[in-house]
Amino acid sequence: MMRRSPFLPLICIAGFVFLYAPIVSLVVFSFNESKLVTVWGGFSTKWYGALFRDPQILGAAWVSLQVAAIAATVAVILGTLAAYVLMRFGRFRSRALLTGMVTAPLVMPEVITGLSLLLLFVAMEQIFGWPAGRGMTTIIIAHTTFAMAYVAVVVQSRLTGMDQSVEEAAMDLGARPVRVFFDITLPIISPALVAGWLLAFTLSLDDLVVASFVTGPGASTLPMVIFSKVRMGVSPDINALATIIIAIVGLGVGLAMWVMVRGRNRDKAVQRTE
Amino acid sequence: MPRAQAPGMSAPALWRWTAAPLARLGLSGRTLVILVPVIWLLVFFLIPFLVVAKISLSEPMIAQPPYAPLGTWDGLRLTLDLNFGNYAFLLDDPLYLNAYVFSIQTAFVSAALALLIGYPMAWYIARSPEPRRTLLLLLVILPFWTSFLLRVYAWQGFLRSNGVINNFLIATGIIDTPLVMLQTNFAVYLGIVYTYLPFMILPLYATLVKLDDSLLEASADLGARPVATFFHVTLPLSMPGVIAGFMLVFVPAIGEFVIPELLGGPNTLMIGKVLWGEFFSNRDWPVASAVAIVMLVVVVVPFMLLRNAQARAEAE
Repeated sequence: MMRRSPFLPLICIAGFVFLYAPIVSLVVFSFNESKLVTVWGGFSTKWYGALFRDPQILGAAWVSLQVAAIAATVAVILGTLAAYVLMRFGRFRSRALLTGMVTAPLVMPEVITGLSLLLLFVAMEQIFGWPAGRGMTTIIIAHTTFAMAYVAVVVQSRLTGMDQSVEEAAMDLGARPVRVFFDITLPIISPALVAGWLLAFTLSLDDLVVASFVTGPGASTLPMVIFSKVRMGVSPDINALATIIIAIVGLGVGLAMWVMVRGRNRDKAVQRTE
Repeated sequence: MPRAQAPGMSAPALWRWTAAPLARLGLSGRTLVILVPVIWLLVFFLIPFLVVAKISLSEPMIAQPPYAPLGTWDGLRLTLDLNFGNYAFLLDDPLYLNAYVFSIQTAFVSAALALLIGYPMAWYIARSPEPRRTLLLLLVILPFWTSFLLRVYAWQGFLRSNGVINNFLIATGIIDTPLVMLQTNFAVYLGIVYTYLPFMILPLYATLVKLDDSLLEASADLGARPVATFFHVTLPLSMPGVIAGFMLVFVPAIGEFVIPELLGGPNTLMIGKVLWGEFFSNRDWPVASAVAIVMLVVVVVPFMLLRNAQARAEAE
């Protein structure tokens, strides 16, 4: 064992303070009586009340949730197809093209993705008359496109990790490829699909730049409303909103951990009885 | 197993209703499965760049949409009306060149800072015993799942002149007058390091956790001081993680918009902000397109080539 210096744990603690202090301060000041978000004026939950009476925020939250749910679902389907094709189909003509197009969105600056999609939608409207105007549909298409790249990465790594002999056995027993996919591959990679869906959902819910480019009148997502409020200056109801989001994420991660730990314990129990 | 049965029953039906009729048209199910993601990405990822390239060559116009058509078709021949004025404009005005240079510089400094903070953290996590290691790793990833915009907003509250940090420093008597931190380059570095730190730590952790302890012990047994061991053994072995982490911070940071907008000042001209301004404030779509194309050629393409070369080197 190497000798441990106190330097490492200290810098690690400092790093975590750096990561969490701003989040903690958001939560603390959401219960602040005063309108100044940085000066403590007593405990109050009035900003939560203000939040739930704000039709603009509630409407934007509803738009964002719908967009994220639809975009994540379509992205999981398309991303899984892309990953499966790349990992299992061997050589085909558009292989290099698909590989490039699946990885490029991961490094593409958001401003470029947003601008290019907007210009495409405008050109398509001029030529085909679709999409007529911009709004939720165009945001969903844009989010699906960048999220499917992330889903493809997650699913690809799962496909590499899984035991291919199971698929081969099913094939040898005469199952058609479609059946092998639905009966064998899909159940095995399903954790990656869940992870990919959650990732796509979060990315969509979080996106400001791409949505700002491709949206039209009438469709404002939650980040767009938050951004315009934050640019105006201090707004304590945003702190309340942040606290709610943090609580939901914390609960979700806690639940996922609980399920994982329980699954692991059950696996151990099964091993013991065998 | 009733759960696995259900899709099994539907799969042949799915085949009969979707793929089989197309097979009669000469499209096999295999081709079809390939075509779905390929066509989606062609239409919504690749073709948009051609549209951007096209519009970057057209003249701005007060119209809806605000650019002139690229060519005219008089029934007999197509007259192309290419206009490189937008690119000439980018070269003429030092603002754009400065913005590109400043963006790359800012991204580089931030990535280097993130590496300095992230490396010891990744090392400590990788060397921790099991239950603690998972917990620490989870703590690194957790902020990523909460809204990025709200975390940047939180830093505004920390850095402003009557913000948390200044209030604390004044209350403890360390300083008398508030420090100016918001709307500075420092705030932009801080914001980038803060939001991208998990992307630095995760690849570093992945290489450090695989590091063979016996190599470090051998180095120590042979009389190397910890510092020498670090520079001759640990660091070279973790280079793939260092490069991956650095790139994951550096590349997206160049095009960043939200962080310079909310934490930087009017002088923080990063290229993402310039593009946003050309598009939303000046409504000059052709110049915005030219900015995007230059950014693509200068930043994204070299990175993709680098990554391809790296992947090929690894495959060999």
